[in-house]
Parts: sequence; C-alpha cells; structure tokens
Amino acid sequence: MRAFAYERPTRLADAVALLGGHGPEARALAGGTDLIIRLRDGTLRPQVVVDVKGIAELDGDIREVDGHVRFGALTTMTDILRDERVRRDYPALAEAALFVGSVQIRNRATLVGNMCNASPAADTAPALLVYGGRIVAMGPNGTRHVPLDDFFVRSGVTTLDRGELVTAIELPVADGPRGSVHLRRTRRRGHDLASVTLAVSMTRDGTTRLSYGSVGPRPVVVVDETGVLADRRVPDADKAGRLHELFADASPSPTSMRAGPEYRLAMLRVLGLRGVTAAIERLGAATS
Amino acid sequence: MSGRIPIELTVNGRRRSVDVLAHHTLLEVLREDLALTGAKECCLVGECGACTVIVNGRSVDSCLMLGVEAEGSEVTTVEGLALDGHLSPVQQAFLDSGAAQCGFCIPGQVVSAHALLADVPNPTRAQVEEGLAGNLCRCAGYEQIIEAVQAAARFGDGRDARHAQVVEATLGERAATPDAEVAPQ
Repeated sequence: MRAFAYERPTRLADAVALLGGHGPEARALAGGTDLIIRLRDGTLRPQVVVDVKGIAELDGDIREVDGHVRFGALTTMTDILRDERVRRDYPALAEAALFVGSVQIRNRATLVGNMCNASPAADTAPALLVYGGRIVAMGPNGTRHVPLDDFFVRSGVTTLDRGELVTAIELPVADGPRGSVHLRRTRRRGHDLASVTLAVSMTRDGTTRLSYGSVGPRPVVVVDETGVLADRRVPDADKAGRLHELFADASPSPTSMRAGPEYRLAMLRVLGLRGVTAAIERLGAATS
Repeated sequence: MSGRIPIELTVNGRRRSVDVLAHHTLLEVLREDLALTGAKECCLVGECGACTVIVNGRSVDSCLMLGVEAEGSEVTTVEGLALDGHLSPVQQAFLDSGAAQCGFCIPGQVVSAHALLADVPNPTRAQVEEGLAGNLCRCAGYEQIIEAVQAAARFGDGRDARHAQVVEATLGERAATPDAEVAPQ
C-alpha cells in the first residue's frame, strides 16, 4: 500500500479542520472495508487518512432523539442487526444490513460509510430512502441536515461540502403501522455485490414508497400515491403496469460486469411485484 | 510520512508494544512485526477470510484494517486458541472431523468458528453456514467444516470449562512475561 499520513483526531472540530484543510487529499476512515481496498489498489491516493473512531463526539449508538431514530457515525452493520427496535420497526434496513458482505465485513462496515461511499449498489441505501432518512453533517459552517435523497449524486459523489463529516443518519419514528421489505438480486447465492436492490415501504393510507439501487448512477426513490400497489384486490398485471411507470427513469449502466441492462430492468420489475406483495402481507400483519 | 507510529495492543493475552507503519494492515503487523503467521494473506479484498482474527470480541478481516487502528485493542489470532498443548474445542473438532485438506483457509475458519460459537453456542446448520460464509475453502471441504463446528458446539460445555481454566492459568503467566522475552526472532 502507498504511504500516507495517519491522523486520529479526538475532537470533531479537529477532524473538520483536517478534512477542510486537505480537501480531496484527505479521506475519512471509519470501518475501512471499502477504503482500504481502494488505498491498496491505488484508485484512491490520499496524502492523509483521518480515522474518525477516536472522535469524542461520535458514537456507534442507535437511539431515539427528537422523533428520530439516530444511528451514530460508528454504527456497524452488526450493531444494526443486533438492535431489536431496528428489526421490529425498520425491517428492510435489518434485511439490507444482513446482505452486506460477511460477518467479518459487517463487524467493521458502518452505515454512514455505506452512504458516504455513494455506491449505486449500496445495500442499505434503498431502505434508508423509503424510511425517509436524513444525513447529519458537521462542517466548517456548523451542522446541517440533508435528506438522503438530496445526498447522492452519482457513484462515489455526494453533496457533502469540503470539510464536512457525516456524524449520524436519522430515520423518522413511524407514525403508524407500515409494511416494509428489502429484496435484491445477485449473480450467485451467497455474498456478492447486488445486481438490483429494492426496498418497499407501505402505509395504511395506500401510499407505497419504493427505492431501487444498482440500476443507475445512484439509488432512486419513487412514490405511488394512487393506492394501486397497496390494494391487494388489484391484479398483479395492473400493479406491474404501475411499477413500469414508476421505474421509467431506471437507467442501468450498459458496461457493468455484474448484469446487462435488460436483465436488470426485467429483474427490477420482478422484485417490484414481489416487494409490493410482501409489503402488503407485512402491513396486514402489523395492523391485525 | 513513512515514520513509524508506536501502538500498544494485547495479542493473545499478551501486551505488545509495536512501532507500525501507518499504511500497514493489521495482517502485516501480525505477520511481519509480531511473527504471527497463522492469519494468512490471500485475497486482500475481504472475500476469502483467510486473514480472520478477533478484535475486541468481533471477527474481522485483518487485511482490511490498519495496524494503527488496533491501538488499545484485544486481538486474538489462531495462535492464541491452543494453550499449553490443549487444543480448543473447535480445533479438536476440526481435527476429529478431517475438516482440513490443504489447510490454508483453516486458521481463518477456526477463528470464525470461535467467534460464532461465542455468540451462538448452539448454532443451527444455517447459522453455521452464515457465520462462516466469509471464509472460503478452495478445497471445498465445507461439509466437514460445518460438521466440525457443530461437533464443537455439541461437546463444547465440558471441554470449554476445562479450556477456560487453562486459558486463565496461561494468560496469567503470559501477562507476567516481559515483552522482550517473547519478541519475534
């Protein structure tokens, strides 16, 4: 691995100053499961690596704060899987976290890191999007909240400004029953990057939020307010038609190794129908 | 930039002080600075698990963690499992089940099995498969490996008690050993 300077600030302000001072020459390190691979293969060549795990203000806690469930910047996928409330109230997130790598990876990889890498295939992004997640970022000009939908730009690029560091992700506490699920397609059974990811969240008023990933440069969220998808009496063929409309902007890369664009689009519609069916069942179970 | 950074960590129950290069992984620190070559270097992208060690109670791919990040940590490698000639229950079960073929993946498999059984003392077959899914065996000895983990879980109780005593006694001795006496050759 190419040499770099290692910094382990203990205060958030120092981390922000380091990241701001070095700009693109600095990279933040949390779990490192993506960063270290890229440092080794040379796709990233920062002068400074800023380890955020020593910062006093950051934690890996999952707790409720002002109507939101807050995931600290150091929350790992394993922490998410072990949290009873997440499994109960945000099952699509728990299901997505279980798809991330292996036990060894989930023990290190952080939820915030998964967002900051901004991979179009990031497993946890669709779930966070259907639950209405937002980023909490600290920067030279203070703290700001960014809806996750306004955070992703394209692969590896977010709307974070120079010097900004994500300190937490927050999900609104549910205001009623909902049915939600995460699904994905991979090339093989077992651990693999996703060819298509999809999360669905449905509420009793008939609103269905769907988010898909790995089918374009960034994860996308779409909303069905017609009630067609949430109505169990509507035939699958009609739901498939509605999904076709909602997924009109999906634009899978023609050059990706993992799957061709035609296959991804076809599987997105298959997952869409399966996801909607599962969400109806779960919503029914939650309200009965 | 290429200067070494002093860190202190506990490896297999023993306090170690090491001056590490910032861009060296924990795997490199273990193998090159501490001469603990049980953890293997293989895929270097977190897919094969040959480099698995336990850090603060959780299994990790040591090729995806910098050595400096281990400052203050408790690290257990495969070398820390057998104590005073007593194999751990998992190691004994791997031996009894013929789970090792070429053997290259086995240190990682054994360490992952330890981490799994610490969390889930009586795992189902599905839990064993998921718990060890981050460890590839290119000899494809998966059946014997799964059998070994389940066997270790079955006879775990009695042996674990005895093993725990040995661990306690041995760690007590190790803690009293000055670092210089156990430094790598």
